Amino acid sequence: MVPLGHYLILSAILFGTGTIGVFLRRNVITVLLSIEVMLNAVNLAFIAFGRTMGSVDGQVIMFFVVTVAAAEAAVGLALVIALFRHRESLNPDMFTSLKW
Amino acid sequence: MGTELLLFYAFGAIAAAASLLVVLQRNPMHSVLLLIVSFCALAGLYIGLEAPFAAVVQIIIYAGAIMVLFLFVVMLLNAHREDEVDVGARPVRGPLRAGAVLAVVLVAELAWALVRAAGTRGGALFAGAGADPAALQSVRTLGNVLFTEYSLAFEVTSILIIVAMIGAVVLAKRES
Amino acid sequence: MLLLIPVLPFLGFLINLTLGRRLAKTVSGGVACLAMFGAFVVSAASVWSLVQMPPAERGVFLEVAPWIESGTLSLPFALRLDPLGSLMILVVTGIGFLIHVYSTAYMREERDSEYARYFSYLNLFAAFMLVLVLGASFPVMFVGWEGVGLCSYLLIGFWFTKTSASDAGKKAFIVNRIGDFGFLLGMFVVWTQFGSLDFQDVARLAGQLPPEATFGTISLATLLLFVGATGKSAQIPLHVWLPDAMEGPTPVSALIHAATMVTAGVYMIGRNAVLFGHAPETLAVVAAIGVATALMAGTIGLVQNDIKRVLAYSTVSQLGLMFVAMGVGAFAAGIFHLYTHAFFKALLFLGSGAVIHALAGEQDIRRMGGLRKELPITYWTFLTGALAISGVPFLSGFFSKDEILWKSFSGGHTFVWGVAVVASLLTAIYMFRLVFLTFHGEPPSAGSGVPAAGASHAVAGNDHDSGGGHLHDAPPAMAIVLVLLAIGSVFAGYIGVPAVIGGSNRIEHFLAPSFAAPGLEPGGEEGASPAEARGEMSHASEPKGEGGHTATGPANEEGDHDTELLLMAFSSGIALAGIGIAVFFFLRRRDAAARTAARFAGLHRLLLNKYYVDEVYDAAIVQPIKRTSDRALWRVVDAGLIDGSVNGAGSLVNGASAILRRLQTGSMRAYALSVFVGVVLILGYYVWR
Repeated sequence: MVPLGHYLILSAILFGTGTIGVFLRRNVITVLLSIEVMLNAVNLAFIAFGRTMGSVDGQVIMFFVVTVAAAEAAVGLALVIALFRHRESLNPDMFTSLKW
Repeated sequence: MGTELLLFYAFGAIAAAASLLVVLQRNPMHSVLLLIVSFCALAGLYIGLEAPFAAVVQIIIYAGAIMVLFLFVVMLLNAHREDEVDVGARPVRGPLRAGAVLAVVLVAELAWALVRAAGTRGGALFAGAGADPAALQSVRTLGNVLFTEYSLAFEVTSILIIVAMIGAVVLAKRES
Repeated sequence: MLLLIPVLPFLGFLINLTLGRRLAKTVSGGVACLAMFGAFVVSAASVWSLVQMPPAERGVFLEVAPWIESGTLSLPFALRLDPLGSLMILVVTGIGFLIHVYSTAYMREERDSEYARYFSYLNLFAAFMLVLVLGASFPVMFVGWEGVGLCSYLLIGFWFTKTSASDAGKKAFIVNRIGDFGFLLGMFVVWTQFGSLDFQDVARLAGQLPPEATFGTISLATLLLFVGATGKSAQIPLHVWLPDAMEGPTPVSALIHAATMVTAGVYMIGRNAVLFGHAPETLAVVAAIGVATALMAGTIGLVQNDIKRVLAYSTVSQLGLMFVAMGVGAFAAGIFHLYTHAFFKALLFLGSGAVIHALAGEQDIRRMGGLRKELPITYWTFLTGALAISGVPFLSGFFSKDEILWKSFSGGHTFVWGVAVVASLLTAIYMFRLVFLTFHGEPPSAGSGVPAAGASHAVAGNDHDSGGGHLHDAPPAMAIVLVLLAIGSVFAGYIGVPAVIGGSNRIEHFLAPSFAAPGLEPGGEEGASPAEARGEMSHASEPKGEGGHTATGPANEEGDHDTELLLMAFSSGIALAGIGIAVFFFLRRRDAAARTAARFAGLHRLLLNKYYVDEVYDAAIVQPIKRTSDRALWRVVDAGLIDGSVNGAGSLVNGASAILRRLQTGSMRAYALSVFVGVVLILGYYVWR
């Protein structure tokens, strides 16, 4: 049997990786991908905990997370397209006109 | 026992490495493909966790639909290359470095917290006998629970999807 | 019924206020005069019914409405009529009515709306004065007190487009206000001491106490009330507003600043005779200030060249004499002089008004002369008034003034008596100087500004600007009033003929109950008072005020009689001497006057400039206040502190937001970072636990 802790540490590593991606990348699409990575890390943790508690709730939550991630990806990419049309650039730092 | 642990390490390593490469790749197309690899590894992990339905959902929806969508957009926007320097972009170094450092901190924190939480449960890593029969009928159980206990969340999610659909269409429309 | 007395003039005020500008002059003037006449009729009827009552019970009380009810404090709006009040309301309504009639002719050249405004103010004044006089308690009297001050301001500054007039109005109001502050403080002390503000209650309670030996609460209260009286009645040190008040129309000067408003202070002391009687220290102050004012004003009046100013200073001087009477405890004598003074002073003012009217605005007596032939009615009535005020025997002024002098002398206040005699001498001199310079002698040459006969009448302006005018005597409305007042000046005094020459001094007996402490019956009607009973029996020459006099035995009566007769002869002689001096200097040998003035040039200048009192006030009080207001209060407090803190709050917010808004960098990653930091911190917190 694999100890729960292992799964959790893996989940933590994946989450951290995703976070680094959000901050470090200069391409909006890659940023969105990093967010997907983070979501997956969370899914893993949920399933692991669900298994530990012997209930199916973990999977239910994972199911909903996936659904939401799908919706979010769709809308996010639509936004990216709209932004690209505007500025011809995929660099998130280009879009800073809402500053003071 | 040993096999499971071995398989875990294998899939885990693949998932971690693929994710890291996703973050580090220069070409977005490569990032997307690597992410698909990561998802597959995670699906394997789910099977190991006796959640086959979750694994299949992961492959079909995540890897199959969402990543394809990403690919569409990448190719649509011709984002093969990442622009190194954009004229007019404000280099935001502060948040970058701070974020990276914090990410490491977070990982450490999470790991420590989660392990401790797992440890305090007295090492009961995997629940008792009722686990295996439940897993075999996981889809049935899942469906049951989904449409009784969580039926409201289910319906709300369907609304969410519709809204997202409409939103995506509206946002991506060409202004005519 | 009592309520009608102040209400009728108030109705006149309301009518003229609202409809006045659309009414013809005859109507608005008629309404005002009718209101006054109605008030006079009601007053006469009320007094008549009062007189029908037995002397011990002469009092009518009317509670109009509850006014201030707060806890144990109950101040109803109540009126009371007693002998003192009855005399006052007859004076106010009677002479007020005559002056209203006079004004209908005098103010005829104003526009319709201005005419109506004048009469509305005049009626309002009468209403307030009647409230003052009929008030049964301090607060009600104070309502009237303040009200007449307001009307005085409105009427002095009637021609407000003229700067000097509006300045004079403001000066009157502000100086009055200072006095009113003293009055208010006095009221508070009375309340604290006696727990009631009703005049009868206060008198009853005060009557039960012994007179104060030293300066105590009663002395404090009465002194503060007297401060109010100095403001209202133009005594030192608050006399400065009255000469300036001559900027108002002459009938206003006659009514307000001669016959009625300025006498409010004297009346107030009379109303509180018992209270003042228990504060000998205050009475001494009252007498001292009264006589000092009488003397000072008399000296100033001697050299003034404006006909109205001379009369103004004369008023101040006569008021001083009234206060002397109050100060020596001769309350009835003071009120008696108030009553006779109303007649002849109003007459003199209205006469001067006729002169000014005829000369189309000229007021400088150096440019007058020889008007005796041109304005006969005016001359003879004016002369009557001058004789009365000088104290020529058997005219009204003689009786009242002599009563005051006798009471001062017999009360032992010889110094006061002496100074009062000098003041009387001065009165005779300056009055007849006025008569001779105005009416006798030759008219000055054409170059000095007297208009030639036949030129057109001047239009409205300040008391008729000089410009052209033809010499005509007073029009009928004015002439009749002058004659009536002249008759009054002669005969009004006969109600106070002292016993020593055969009269019964009816007025003193009539007024006596008002000055005595009421009996032990609570509120309302006057009870029998021991002092009043004594008064009925003893000779008329005993005062009823608590001046420390007791009824002397019959043995001393003869001696007193002789002294009184002697003094009467003496004061008559003084009056005639004064007239004689005036004859010498201003009728026979005018150059002698000029030479004397030149010889005592410094003194002359001092008197001409009213002892520089106004200048002293300006330098000592007005300028420092102005400077403080400007430098400290305005610059530091208002602009610096208040504006600074308000603006400072604004700029503080501005500065803070300038710093805070930098959070909004527009960079998505920075926002993500802040979310992330929050997550880490919260997680860390739970890890810690």
